[in-house]
Amino acid sequence: MFVARSIAADHKDLIHDVSFDFHGRRMATCSSDQSVKVWDKSESGDWHCTASWKTHSGSVWRVTWAHPEFGQVLASCSFDRTAAVWEEIVGESNDKLRGQSHWVKRTTLVDSRTSVTDVKFAPKHMGLMLATCSADGIVRVYEAPDVMNLSQWSLQHEISCKLSCSCISWNPSSSRAHPPMIAVGSDDSSPNAMAKAQIFEYNENTRKYAKAETLMTVTDPVHDIAFAPNLGRSFHILAIATKDVRIFTLKPVRKELTSSGGPTKFEIHIVAQFDNHNSQVWRVSWNITGTVLASSGDDGCVRLWKANYMDNWKCTGILKGNGSPVSGSSQQGSSNPPLGSNVPNLQNSLNGSSAGRKHS
Amino acid sequence: MEEMHQVAIAAKDPASGRQFSSQVSILSAMELIWNLCEILFIEVAPAGPLLLHLLDWVRLHVCEVDSLSADVLGSENPSKHESFWNLVTVLVLQGRLDEARQMLSREADASPTSAGMCRILGDLMRTMPVLSPGNTQTLTELELKWQHWHEECERHLQDGTFASSPHLESLCKIMLGDEAALLEQKKLLSNWYHFLVTRLLYSHPTVKPMDLYFYAQSSLDLFLGGESSPEPLDNILMAAFEFDIHQVIKECSIALSNWWFVAHLTDLLDHCKLLQSHNLYFGSNMREFLLLEYASGLFAHHSLWQLGVDYFDYCPELGRVSLELHIERIPLSTEQKALKVLRVCEQRQMTEQVRSICKILAMKAVRNNRLGSALSWSIRAKDAAFATLVSDRFLRDYCERGCFSDLDLIDNLGPAMMLSDRLTFLGKYREFHRLYGEKRFVDAASLLLSLMTSQIAPRSFWMTLLTDALPLLEQKQVIFSAEQTYELMRCLEDLTSGKPVCGEPDPQRLQDDDVETTKVEMLRLALARNLARSIIKEGSLEGS
Repeated sequence: MFVARSIAADHKDLIHDVSFDFHGRRMATCSSDQSVKVWDKSESGDWHCTASWKTHSGSVWRVTWAHPEFGQVLASCSFDRTAAVWEEIVGESNDKLRGQSHWVKRTTLVDSRTSVTDVKFAPKHMGLMLATCSADGIVRVYEAPDVMNLSQWSLQHEISCKLSCSCISWNPSSSRAHPPMIAVGSDDSSPNAMAKAQIFEYNENTRKYAKAETLMTVTDPVHDIAFAPNLGRSFHILAIATKDVRIFTLKPVRKELTSSGGPTKFEIHIVAQFDNHNSQVWRVSWNITGTVLASSGDDGCVRLWKANYMDNWKCTGILKGNGSPVSGSSQQGSSNPPLGSNVPNLQNSLNGSSAGRKHS
Repeated sequence: MEEMHQVAIAAKDPASGRQFSSQVSILSAMELIWNLCEILFIEVAPAGPLLLHLLDWVRLHVCEVDSLSADVLGSENPSKHESFWNLVTVLVLQGRLDEARQMLSREADASPTSAGMCRILGDLMRTMPVLSPGNTQTLTELELKWQHWHEECERHLQDGTFASSPHLESLCKIMLGDEAALLEQKKLLSNWYHFLVTRLLYSHPTVKPMDLYFYAQSSLDLFLGGESSPEPLDNILMAAFEFDIHQVIKECSIALSNWWFVAHLTDLLDHCKLLQSHNLYFGSNMREFLLLEYASGLFAHHSLWQLGVDYFDYCPELGRVSLELHIERIPLSTEQKALKVLRVCEQRQMTEQVRSICKILAMKAVRNNRLGSALSWSIRAKDAAFATLVSDRFLRDYCERGCFSDLDLIDNLGPAMMLSDRLTFLGKYREFHRLYGEKRFVDAASLLLSLMTSQIAPRSFWMTLLTDALPLLEQKQVIFSAEQTYELMRCLEDLTSGKPVCGEPDPQRLQDDDVETTKVEMLRLALARNLARSIIKEGSLEGS
């Protein structure tokens, strides 16, 4: 059972990304109109735009929130080859009365020579860190050593992926058994480029990120990639949005069997593959516990996927982009807890460049 | 449930009335299913008692009888009431033969012509063999007796005893379990499971549990008569009659829109160890799976999340980690809510969550310049680094404004003061001010000195401390001893020696040169004077 609420976004061009904050009460949208808007949810459940400002000199592809332990911080990335970090300033009282807040740019990351296609903050246990990826195939990891000073970021790593990158995802697991991991997806259309999803792992000894795995079976352009939150599993789950929805498990192979000091080897299995969208899938997003995956596609629908207690993945809900239910949706009764609980991670934006749809 | 009924009836507009009514019907359906599961799976009633339980079940859930009964009996002339025969029929259908007999005797009183027939039928009713609880007769005995009784009824029917009263004849046929007669009463039966139970009562009272399904299926088919197809509720009940627990749970999951019912039913069945015995080796996994689903759903609610916590507690494998993930995401709209959430975490030793939540709140407070709040959250988070940061802000505020904010908090730090050096300094510094205010100058002086000599005070603050010492130096009485004065002088020299302390550039010194120089000179003068006086004082005999 879903309830849909439509919000007039007032962006003057395509909306490329939607991101909820940690608690699901704030939302950021970014657009080809070069601006970012921040929305706050009131007690009554209505969304109000509390900030709208020009962030870049080109289309803004993605926007993402930092963990609230670092305050109210956003990062955006753009076609203008930069990524930026923004912080909310507690405003004057008359600002507050008007329900407006003010965001200032803390830093611009200008190292990329090409469009920056994704920006994501690292899990909070790694400190204040973020990664960007660009069309030139380089993933850059930046860190702010002083969390109270958001203007100082240093480039810590440059990871070459050899393919034009479209999306990245940090593994959120904070378990000591798992070193930091980044998954990178590519939408490279050159004929030589084969496997379009790669996993990089941080090596304590070399203090560098090294490639751990390439998902050889993913040969179509990848539009989105997302590690699932880890409930204490020894293995990882990765969702990929490509010409269909795919879910992989990555089981670390025991260290004794691999050459010591090298990156972890993984047993990769595909546990689900769904082409129900019957078109390109643009976004995948996990809920808090990593038990439900949401996907959006060019068919204008959002689909929810869930594994039952036997670990069989099935569709548990279909939602049309305009909020109307889809008739004949299977198992509508076993659909999820109200959308609210998924909301913090549900990115139901439809990528504009291909579908040409506005988020209404 | 009754409240819901009343609300539904009292609803002002049809839409909400409909909504309440539908909720009532969902709840009734749930109760219906639950009770049936109790009878079949938990009581595991054997043949004999099984029918009695099912009769109870039907009586409980098909409750039009009572209102009908009230209507009829409350009227002036019950036996002439238009629904009189309906009432009697329903009573018979539900196996409430004593009550039916009473009705018949009224009819007998009212119309003497049928008195005889009523009496005979009443006798038949009275003599129907039933298995009463505590009865020691075996099933075989019961069956035998019942067979005799059945034949007697049959004889009466054949003899045409009730021929002149269609009502009575129909009742007799019902009591003989005649399907056609029963199906004529579809409206009164209102559903196929009532039909099933009545049918069993009057044709197979010693039905065995394993045969239930067969009768249920045929009852459903006969009742629907090919006119309509089974609804989800029917499928669920059918699965229960089939003793297919898994199917019951599956159908319920599909039909109901939230996990509440299924989670609790599965939990109950698991506690009765039924999931294993029914060959569901994933039984307890399924129980936990459903409970986790239900609890997760509760967390989306602004206050029901507290219930969710309890449910997670009862999930041995993934409950704790699920709770950890969910509880961090609860929006902390008020301080009260934050405290509730923290209490939940602290009770379960979820230290990382406590730290994280406090940190989020501390950060929010710092950005809103509510330093006292920020400090108390840092202390609760045991976050030494952040406590240092907030203490620094306090001290900076003091330097700028000459007074402290949030005195209450700082005064009552207690052992929390030890969290960070800077915090300890803040607390002690405030204590110095208090001592000074209470005119306990000697104590204040010693404290001030110790703050510098013990290295607790940050270097950048020394000038302020020395400046604070000035009034003490210029008191009429000598407060600082010679020893202490030497120490103070040493500190001052350290500070003014010109080399910047590593890591602490002091741009202020360059800017406020004039002010600084004046201050330093005043201090030197005061210290020198104090030294002189203290030497004299200490060199003199006591009492001067």
